[in-house]
Amino acid sequence: MVGIDWFLGLSAIMFTIGIIGVLVRRNAIVIFMCVELMLNAVNLSLVSFASHHGNIDGQVLVFFALAVAAAEAVVGLAIIIAIFRNNLTVDVGKINLLRW
Amino acid sequence: MIVYFFIMLAVLAIGSALAMVINKNVVNSALFLVLNMVSLAGIFLILNAQFLAVIQILVYAGAIMVLFLFVIMLLNVEDEEKLFDKFRVKYLLTFLLAMVVMGQIFYSLAGVTDMLPQISEQMATIGTVEAVGDVLYTDYLLPFELTAVLLTAAVVGALMIAQHKIKRTDEI
Repeated sequence: MVGIDWFLGLSAIMFTIGIIGVLVRRNAIVIFMCVELMLNAVNLSLVSFASHHGNIDGQVLVFFALAVAAAEAVVGLAIIIAIFRNNLTVDVGKINLLRW
Repeated sequence: MIVYFFIMLAVLAIGSALAMVINKNVVNSALFLVLNMVSLAGIFLILNAQFLAVIQILVYAGAIMVLFLFVIMLLNVEDEEKLFDKFRVKYLLTFLLAMVVMGQIFYSLAGVTDMLPQISEQMATIGTVEAVGDVLYTDYLLPFELTAVLLTAAVVGALMIAQHKIKRTDEI
């Protein structure tokens, strides 16, 4: 039988891959997709906790995380489009709007 | 049987996540993210979360990834040519930092998982649409309605950002 530690281990590995992607990639859209990957990893751990405790609250939390992720994707992609219209690039190495 | 199913889906999820990070082409990495989300929906099915598996495919792999692909193709960004072609100190530091974070997560998991029970007896009925909706519309009614406000605010904000007239400046 697959125990809870297998699911949590898979979640930890996926979260780590997301961290590596955020730190290594330079394309803003790919960085965004890596953030979605980390959200998915956390969703997996919440679902596995909910399932192994027999408590539905974790799955409701995943529902809210999904809604917040959708809102975040909408606003973030709008910001990326605005930056692209201003600078004609989405390379985060070339964007220094907030640099002091 | 469930063990083999889990191992297959886990290998698929980790492999597609790695391929998403490594791939140079943005469209290919978006499609690998779709594959990752579909395999994660399969893992949700193993965990008896049927409603969330359907929602995962509908919302994430359907709606959000279509939005991502739309933006990628709208912007027509070029590939990152110099990805991993030569050794950089930044990559080594990134790998070390990620390993530290993974070690922390595994350390905290090892402290927790010994005390956790195995699969609960009530799990046959949990995770269906009725079970999730029953809790969602009673105990979590206020957060659910706040979610509606949040989504409305997000759509309005995205429209305001998109419709704002920008004077193109040459300096970045």
